[in-house]
Amino acid sequence: MTPLAGYLLVAALLFSIGLAGALTRRNAILVLIGIELMLNAANLNLIAFWRYGPHPEALTGMMFAIFSIAVAAAEAAVGLGLVIQIHRHAHSTDLDAMNRMKG
Amino acid sequence: MSLVFYAIAGLTVAGGLAAMLLKNTVHCALALTVAFAGIALLFLELDAQFAGFAQILVYIGAVAVLVVFAILLTRGSETPKGGVFSRNWLTGLAIAAGVFAVLGWAVLGSARALPGPGGTPTAAPTVTVLQIGNALMGRYVLPLEIVALLLTAALIGAVIVAMHEKEGAK
Amino acid sequence: MIETADQIFVLLKQWVVGLLPAGLQPVAGVLLSVVAIIAVFPTLFALAVWVERKALGRMQNRIGPNRVGPLGILQPVADGIKSLTKEDIVPLSADAAVHFLAPVVLVVAVFMGFAVLPMGRNMELVDMDAGLLFFFAMGASTELSVFMAGWSSRNKYSLLGAMRAVAQMISYEVVLLLSSAAVVMITGSLSLVKIVEAQNHYTWGLPHWYIFTPWGCAGFVMYAIAATAETNRSPFDLPEGESELVAGYHTEYSGFKFALFFLGEYLAMFSISGLGTTLFLGGWSAPFSFLGWVPSWIWFFAKVMLSIVVFIWMRGTLPRLRQDQLMNFAWKFVLPLTMLNLLVAGLWRFLGDGWERWVVCSAILVLAFAVMGREGMRREHFGPRRYRYAE
Repeated sequence: MTPLAGYLLVAALLFSIGLAGALTRRNAILVLIGIELMLNAANLNLIAFWRYGPHPEALTGMMFAIFSIAVAAAEAAVGLGLVIQIHRHAHSTDLDAMNRMKG
Repeated sequence: MSLVFYAIAGLTVAGGLAAMLLKNTVHCALALTVAFAGIALLFLELDAQFAGFAQILVYIGAVAVLVVFAILLTRGSETPKGGVFSRNWLTGLAIAAGVFAVLGWAVLGSARALPGPGGTPTAAPTVTVLQIGNALMGRYVLPLEIVALLLTAALIGAVIVAMHEKEGAK
Repeated sequence: MIETADQIFVLLKQWVVGLLPAGLQPVAGVLLSVVAIIAVFPTLFALAVWVERKALGRMQNRIGPNRVGPLGILQPVADGIKSLTKEDIVPLSADAAVHFLAPVVLVVAVFMGFAVLPMGRNMELVDMDAGLLFFFAMGASTELSVFMAGWSSRNKYSLLGAMRAVAQMISYEVVLLLSSAAVVMITGSLSLVKIVEAQNHYTWGLPHWYIFTPWGCAGFVMYAIAATAETNRSPFDLPEGESELVAGYHTEYSGFKFALFFLGEYLAMFSISGLGTTLFLGGWSAPFSFLGWVPSWIWFFAKVMLSIVVFIWMRGTLPRLRQDQLMNFAWKFVLPLTMLNLLVAGLWRFLGDGWERWVVCSAILVLAFAVMGREGMRREHFGPRRYRYAE
C-alpha cells in the first residue's frame, strides 16, 4: 500500500464514522460532531493529495484545507447557536422529537 | 507506511469511533478532541506544519470548547431515556457502511495509479509560512476576503440566533 | 571567555552528546534539552512561589513564611513533600478517568509551549517556522483541560469556575493573538528566533525592542492584560475567586493532582511571560549595548522573573473584577484597540524612516484610547445591575 492510499483509507474510514454518527445519533449536537468529523476527513484528503501530488509547490490543496478549516469554524458556531435556540424552544435536543414544522 | 502513521491513524479512528459511540455527550466531545488532535498529527506527518497548528488552534481551541459549552447549555450531559441512537439507526449504519465500501474500493482500485515510493517525488516539499502568506495575499486574496466576510456574517448570525428573544415574549 | 559564558549550555550539551555513539546523537540532543527544560522551570516555580508568598506577605503587612530554612526559602520543598504525602481524594460521583486526565493534559500542554521559546542565543529546543502558531496552539489546549477538571468533579463550584475560566480564556485569547500579530507583521516571520534577532540591534547604545515603538508599547500593554487574564491571575482571577467559588475548577483536587494544577498555573505564567519577553522586550538581547558581555540567557531569565514580580505586585494591589466588567472590557475596549493597533503597525511599516511616523502613530493610538475610554466611562452606569442570565 502506498502512503497516499493509507491516508485516503483513514480519511474514508473517518468520513464513514462521521456519516454513521450523523445519521444515527439522536442528540443534535452529536450530529454536528459527526459533520465536523466528515469535514476533517475531507481536509485530510486535501492535505494528502497536496503532499503526494505532482505540484506541491503550488499550495493548492494546502490552501483549500486552510480555508475549509476557517469555514468549518463558522459552521460550528452557527450550528451550535441553532441547537441552543432549538433547545430553548422545545426543551430538548432530541432530533427524533423534532418532527413538526409548526412551532 | 511507517509505524508512526499506523499509531496516529489508530488513535484518530479510535477517537472518532468513541465520539460517535459513547453514551455520555461530554465524553463524546472529549473523544472528538482526540480525533482532532490525531488529524493534526497526521497533517504534521504530511509536512503541513501550518495547517496542523491551525487545526489544533481552531478545532481544539475553539470548536471543541464551543461544543462542550453547547452541551452544558442544553443539559445534554444527562443520558437521555430511550437510548442514544435514532429509531432508524440500522438504515444510517447501512448507508455509512455502503459509503465506506465504495470509497475503499475506489482507493484500493486506483492504488496502482497513485504516486508511490517508487514513482513521483516523496521528498518533503519545503513550504515556509512566508510562502503561504504570500499566496494568501496574492493568488488567494479573493477567497481570503470572502472567508473574512463569511466569518463576520457567521459571528453576527450566531449571536442573533442564540440571543434571548424579547423579554416580553416569554 | 565571553563567548563561552554566553554559549555555556550549548557547549555543554554538545560535549555530552559527543560522548554518545553517532546513531543516538540526534535523539540524545533533543532529550537533553527536554530534561533541561523540565528541570529548570519547576525550580523557578519553587522560587516564584517563595517570592510570591514573601512579597504578598509584605504587601499585606505580614511576614510571610519564615519557619523552614533561612527566610523561609525551603518552604516550597516543605509544601512539595506535604502535597506528595497527602491522600489523593476523588469524589465518589466524579468521572474518575477525566478527573485524572485533566491535570496531566494541563501540565503536558503547558510544557510543550516552552519548546519554541528562545531562552538565549542558540538556546531553543526547535526553531520552528511557525513557532508562534505552535505556542498558541498549545496554549489553546489548556482551556479544554480546565473544562475537564471542572466538569468531571461534579461540583457546582468547580463547574461554575471552569465555565468562567473557559469563557475568559477564549475572550482574551483573541486579544493575545491579535496583539502578537502586530509583531509578526513588522518582523515578517512567525519564528520566535527571527523575532528576537530582529530586535537585537542598537542605536546610540539603546536597543530596537518593539516596546519602544508606539504600536509596540500599546501592543505590549494589551498583551500584558490578556496574559494576566489567560493565566487567571488577579485582577482577573474570577475562576478561582475564593470568596464566591471556593477554589474554582480545582476545588475537588487534592494531594499531588492539586500540586500539578498549581505547577501548571505557574508554568503557564512563565511561558506567557517568556513569550511576551520574546515578542516585545527583545528576548535574550541586552538592554544596553555596553552590557552585551553578560550572557544572553541571564537576560532572558531576568526579564521573565521581572514579569513574574509584576504579576505578584498586581495581585497585591488590584481588586478583583466582576464577570460582566471582565467581558465588557475584553470585547468592547481591548479588542477594538488591538485591531486599531494592527492598522497602526501597518502605517508604521509604510510611513518611511523619518520622525513623522512616530508622531502619527502615537497620535492615533492616544486619541483612540482617550475617546474610547471616555465613551466607555460615560456609558457605564453605576446604578444597580440587571441580571440578564440569572432567571
